[in-house]
Amino acid sequence: MSGPLAPQHGSEPEEIKQAPPSTVASRLEMRQRAGGIIVPVLTALLAFLIGGLLVLATGHNPIQAYWDIIKGAGLNWLAHPTNTDVANTAAYNFSQTLLQTTPLILTGLAVAFAFRCGMFNIGGNGQYLVGLYVANWIGISFVNLAKPTHILLAVAGAALAGAIWAGIAGFLKATTGAHEVITTIMLNWIAYWIGNYIFQQGGPLQGAANKPLDIPISGDVAQSAKLPVFWGDADLQGLHIGFFVAIGALFVFWLILNRTTLGYEVRAVGYNPDAAAYGGIKVRTNYIRAMAISGAFAGLAGGLDMLGYLYHFGTTDVQAASIGFLGIAVALLGRNTALGVGLAAFLFGGLLYGTTHGLQSGTIDPSLAGHLTEMIQGLVVLFVGADVLILAVWNSRRKLKRKQPTPTRATEPEAASS
Amino acid sequence: MEASTVLEMRGITKRFPGVVANDHVDLDLRKGEVHALLGENGAGKSTLMNILYGLYRPDEGEILLNGKKVVFSSAKNAIDRGIGMVHQHFMLIPVMTVAENIVLEIEPTKAGVLLDYGKAVERVREISTQYGLAVDPTAKVESISVGQQQRVEILKALYRNAEVLILDEPTAVLTPQEAGELFAIIKSLQEGGTSIIFISHKLNEVLEIADRITVLRRGKTIDTVPREGATEDGLAKLMVGREVLLRVDKKPADAGDVLLEVSDLHVKDERGLPAVRDVSFVVRAGEIVGIAGVEGNGQSELIEAITGLRHPDSGEVTVAGQVVQHPSARRMLDAGVGHIPEDRQRRGLVLEFSIAENIALHDYNAAPASRFGWLFPRRLIERARTLIREFDIRGGGPTTPGGSLSGGNQQKVVAAREIARDPKVLVAAQPTRGLDVGAIEYLHRRLIEERDEGRAILLISLELDEVLSLSDRILVMYEGEVVGEHEPGVTEEEIGLEMLGARRKETVA
Repeated sequence: MSGPLAPQHGSEPEEIKQAPPSTVASRLEMRQRAGGIIVPVLTALLAFLIGGLLVLATGHNPIQAYWDIIKGAGLNWLAHPTNTDVANTAAYNFSQTLLQTTPLILTGLAVAFAFRCGMFNIGGNGQYLVGLYVANWIGISFVNLAKPTHILLAVAGAALAGAIWAGIAGFLKATTGAHEVITTIMLNWIAYWIGNYIFQQGGPLQGAANKPLDIPISGDVAQSAKLPVFWGDADLQGLHIGFFVAIGALFVFWLILNRTTLGYEVRAVGYNPDAAAYGGIKVRTNYIRAMAISGAFAGLAGGLDMLGYLYHFGTTDVQAASIGFLGIAVALLGRNTALGVGLAAFLFGGLLYGTTHGLQSGTIDPSLAGHLTEMIQGLVVLFVGADVLILAVWNSRRKLKRKQPTPTRATEPEAASS
Repeated sequence: MEASTVLEMRGITKRFPGVVANDHVDLDLRKGEVHALLGENGAGKSTLMNILYGLYRPDEGEILLNGKKVVFSSAKNAIDRGIGMVHQHFMLIPVMTVAENIVLEIEPTKAGVLLDYGKAVERVREISTQYGLAVDPTAKVESISVGQQQRVEILKALYRNAEVLILDEPTAVLTPQEAGELFAIIKSLQEGGTSIIFISHKLNEVLEIADRITVLRRGKTIDTVPREGATEDGLAKLMVGREVLLRVDKKPADAGDVLLEVSDLHVKDERGLPAVRDVSFVVRAGEIVGIAGVEGNGQSELIEAITGLRHPDSGEVTVAGQVVQHPSARRMLDAGVGHIPEDRQRRGLVLEFSIAENIALHDYNAAPASRFGWLFPRRLIERARTLIREFDIRGGGPTTPGGSLSGGNQQKVVAAREIARDPKVLVAAQPTRGLDVGAIEYLHRRLIEERDEGRAILLISLELDEVLSLSDRILVMYEGEVVGEHEPGVTEEEIGLEMLGARRKETVA
């Protein structure tokens, strides 16, 4: 038979096509689409609101506290203060906020990239640390290299170290099925103890000058390995060019995911590994590769921090490091997108610096000041996890609207009957 | 005997932004009646039932239960008034036992707070014997078959004293045998006085089970007809609004060279048990070879082996004269095998991907979609636009996510992708599962056109009708073996016996 191809498929009205999303991942995706930018903003606001209530509960003024944090983060610099002293302080604070934002962008991207391939990389902290160690080692060694070469080598080494560290988890998942959450947590601890070992008294990376003094801290990286500072004074922890690397990484992240075949594979595997395999995509290879790329972001964060302003590291620093963990909150709040991660990292960077430097003891209990960031951070993670709740609130508002005679928004009218 | 009316829905209208899902729909249900609600996907069946079940509130119209006007504001409300619903996707808790699931929320208690499990089991046993629905109350839901899970859902409604039972596409998830058992259950419920609303888009089963049939189309009641005198063709016309070709019209096959050859194939399933045993057959250019069989007799594993998704234990797959060495999905694709998978949502599509991205699923890594690893989204969109036109995919453009299309259009996206690759061999597994009449007609016609183009088509379907009407040769699979080969003229009974293993047992005995 040779009829025309166009079928007379005169069935359903165009709009009633919404099939019910079937998998958890796809439902999440639908919800994210529905919520758009509003949900993360609401999430953050709600976290701040409850954080404020906590401040209030301790008998202090939350508005004053938040104002202090804003000033502490140097955000008032953006308003061009006329008073020179205020302007200088604000400028310094703002540069420090951006300094904190830099590694947060990268560890956030690390978590987000793995997420997009359907994996939960909890190991950002370990990958950050190994990046830091390698950058420190390369920065101290190879002192005869020219500055650009030395920096490039150290930065590349840090990213590679992070890639390998996370790649181990990817490899174990691909070959044995070991869950990446478990393995990355274990790798975090391994990185932690390696740090404690290499910087301790007599450890291989302990600074030569620190040895006689029994100080468990590494030596400083050579001048040739230090990143140029473009805002502020290098001796006063100025803002280094690593900031632009982080901004560039946001773009690279977007580019890889949306404009390369590699990103296509990552997303296909992340959304639906069965369909990806059916499409001819090697799912296991992608697990390893996506984890390695994820780890490279986190390792890069460690490398830039080391070469940009830390210059040395000690056992107590290893024990206190939490930038990698913060990356999880950044990625969650940023919805695993480049723009979202950038904004969320800036928010957390501001909080991190603003709470530690801005809050006055008169405004808030000093013992509470440092914890406020952690509380807000915890609340954000909690609410991101509970975005069902926020969407329910949001949808009920829409439902109220819908009762008016001329509804405008399209939704899923029929839970289709197939 | 004219039975009394239990339920009446009058002038029900439900508008959603941009669309009227129900437009003054009327439905009345008599006591002890099986009333089928027939319509294509999106005709408004589910909306109407969700209104009845208290999940949506109608914008207009009223519901009368035993002559009294009722307003349901929630499902609980509806349940309390004796309305039960078995959803297509079961609402059971897999790790809990049958009895626990059934009594959930209205558990018999000890000391006011503790679950009296013994009593729960006893109650469940009582109602299950009362209605002739055999289930083991102490079995975990995850360990029982889908058919049994459905019984649990029905028991759950009966336990809540449902007088009106809504069954939403109940046979969609069942094997033919289980469907037969379900129909027996429906009949016995009916004799016990339960009134049943049976939602379906399958004409044959509606004609088998229903007393009256109400047809919905585009949100409107088209007609309510008694089963006596109703025919498949007539109902299809009511559903679709035009004449539908239910019988597939095709000329005899003009078979050419062998394009697909499967020889001595042995494949194991997930659990490592032999699923395909020593299967050999050929498919020639320009013919459709259909594989009939009851679900779970090795068809899925056979397809997966042919398409490179599962490593065979032994045996070979030859495509267009070339043995495919170390078969993988990629190698099979490259050898010229196209595959419409049996589960389009799990495997055929990435639901979150746009139509354009879904269409690129096999060749995103080759020109023109990409070059040196660099993807060209524009080109994907351009190509998708062409295919959307050619395959008449409706409900969205190239950037619409696959998940928001209706089942029929999703399947068209899959078919478009596979056919556009110009494969030598096309494996079509359950190509029309869950689709409505219009989409089925389209896909059947398309398969035959592709056959006439000279492709070798291997059709695997659980719908015997489909296999019989499309195939030029029919193979029957039972317990992993091909137990019979037939010409198109074969009767359903003959194949049915083989599907159940009768023929083989005879030879063994």
